[in-house]
Amino acid sequence: MPARTAHQPKPIAPNLPEATAARVREVIAARRNLPGALLPVLHGIQDALGYVPEDAAPLIAHELNLSRAEVHGVISFYHHFRTHAPGRHVVRLCRAEACQALGARALEAHAKNALGIDFHQTTKDGAITLEAVYCLGNCGCGPSVLVDPDGLHARVTPASFDALVAQLREAAK
Amino acid sequence: MTARIYVSRDATALALGAEPVARAIEREAQRRGLDAIVVRNGSRGMFWLEPLVEIDTPAGRIGYGPIAVADVPALFDAGFERGHVHGLRVGPIEMIPFFEKQERLTFARVGITDPSSVEDYRAHRGFRGLDNALAMSGEDIVKAVTDSGLRGRGGAAFPAGIKWKTVLGTESTQKYIVCNADEGDSGTFSDRMLMEGDPLCLVEGMTIAGLAVGATQGYVYLRSEYPHAHRALDAAIANAYAAGYLGADIRSSGRRFDLEVRLGAGAYICGEETSLLDSLEGKRGQVRFKPPLPAIKGLFGQPTVINNVITLASVPIILDRGAEYYKDYGVGRSRGTLPLQLAGNLKHTGLVEKAFGVTLRELLYDYGGGSYSGRPIRAVQVGGPLGAYLPESQFDTVVDYEAFVAVGAMLGHGGIVAFDDTVDMLEQARYAMEFCSIESCGKCTPCRIGSTRGMEVIDRIRAGIERDTNIVVLKDLFETMRFGSLCAMGGLTPDPVRSALEHFPQDFAVRA
Repeated sequence: MPARTAHQPKPIAPNLPEATAARVREVIAARRNLPGALLPVLHGIQDALGYVPEDAAPLIAHELNLSRAEVHGVISFYHHFRTHAPGRHVVRLCRAEACQALGARALEAHAKNALGIDFHQTTKDGAITLEAVYCLGNCGCGPSVLVDPDGLHARVTPASFDALVAQLREAAK
Repeated sequence: MTARIYVSRDATALALGAEPVARAIEREAQRRGLDAIVVRNGSRGMFWLEPLVEIDTPAGRIGYGPIAVADVPALFDAGFERGHVHGLRVGPIEMIPFFEKQERLTFARVGITDPSSVEDYRAHRGFRGLDNALAMSGEDIVKAVTDSGLRGRGGAAFPAGIKWKTVLGTESTQKYIVCNADEGDSGTFSDRMLMEGDPLCLVEGMTIAGLAVGATQGYVYLRSEYPHAHRALDAAIANAYAAGYLGADIRSSGRRFDLEVRLGAGAYICGEETSLLDSLEGKRGQVRFKPPLPAIKGLFGQPTVINNVITLASVPIILDRGAEYYKDYGVGRSRGTLPLQLAGNLKHTGLVEKAFGVTLRELLYDYGGGSYSGRPIRAVQVGGPLGAYLPESQFDTVVDYEAFVAVGAMLGHGGIVAFDDTVDMLEQARYAMEFCSIESCGKCTPCRIGSTRGMEVIDRIRAGIERDTNIVVLKDLFETMRFGSLCAMGGLTPDPVRSALEHFPQDFAVRA
């Protein structure tokens, strides 16, 4: 009969690599005392890792004394948070009315066709993730595209979109 | 004397290439040994001139634009730093007709000052409203805001003074001021321009609100799509703390007000005030039942003033110049000015702050210069994705909350999106339903399910399947959504669809 061992607590997020878990803990430690800390924590994790790994949800829940369902519910509610690693660049295409008035529908069709992907997908070479966005506040000079955190582009045409993508691919090499 | 050269750091100006232009000017000035500094201001709101380069001269600010990097050496050759002639010289900025005819109260400093500089802000009447407020009772501040006739500029147009009075009158140890900076309506960017171009004005307005109602903590709930506004706000708040305009002892008055920016996460519904509060609390941004009103039980269950950016940024001038001064602008029950945003297919897009009373036609043609494409303007959506589409026959509608309601439309946050005659209004109607289906918080059924059914019905109409019957079904759905939804998202989504159907029925006809 095997000897009884001391009780080992079950790991909270067994599928999360330790290095990732350490970064998540670091973000949480810096923000856990903010009132309504969950959104700032999720932003911090996505800024650090590029996404919020699904496997991090139990850890976030444990640290903030929330249920896993609550954390999952918040992550899935907001379009901004993604649960899978994006490509090297994230390209957000505005789909809203002011951009539609200047050709955003045609640009959207062109972009999906040129990249060979739909929204929320990443090109095969891992260079570009395409996302939809509903207004970037550049409504006087659409169609608008936002690249990564703050690269805003105005009056984007199919041709200038292709040039932008080529530049991003070049930069990623 | 050091030449002051201005190049905007506004997001639209940057999108049009202002950053490399600013750097090229700095390099060229250095190369030529000129004593010059480049000030990164907000935008004047004349986007067809961006990147706009301005220079201080004894005759006022002289502008040049739009400037490309390649133009920069020639600008210096022409002596632009002394205001000399060059092919792209547009003359004194304030005499450009688009600008000259405006009445800039809330936007008085935008494009003029260095946005992060407390010193520059003070030199342009900044913090005078706060100085006055520090010497007033909460009741008197609330009375000034009430008397000014200021109504919520976010869209609902609820009198700001009434909200404030309710919070003032509700006893609590902790109250909050929340700024709704989740400017999600397509065609609107006035909040963004104000936060990037004069963020201290928002800081001052929120601080005055705090003094008025006895709140010591403020939050700016900013949409994550506005990274440039985020940086501008953070810098302004840090500088306001350093100068003693925020913190535990504002200007040695013994009064406290702390302010912090919180980011949204790409959910349109969080522009609805109760969803926003839930989101700030770290939850899903779902609409709350009202009552209780946020003024009584708002953020973390405490009395909360929640106002839009432009509403709060209009407060300093009211406390500086007096309620009467502000109230003298406007018509009917719409007092003061509204920063209107010209967007979409217009030649001259940008920001026009005018007293209420200007007509839509004046905005589209006198200011906007007609369509960008050169084709006739066919439809105009006012007030964001929940606003009606107006046909040419309604272009004489006056900018006034009640006048827009009278024609079945909504002024909202003052965004004006023009479409030329290539627009397919059935597609626009379908998009309105699609947008609602994507952005619905899901709490109530008419919005969550109705929007998807709406898309399906419009698809059937487009395919010519039982068209007449489906038009009846669609109109029935309007009623369900309007009267059955919990908030304006589901309740107003029928408006763009209904107006498209009513004014452009040919686009809903059976297609060949």
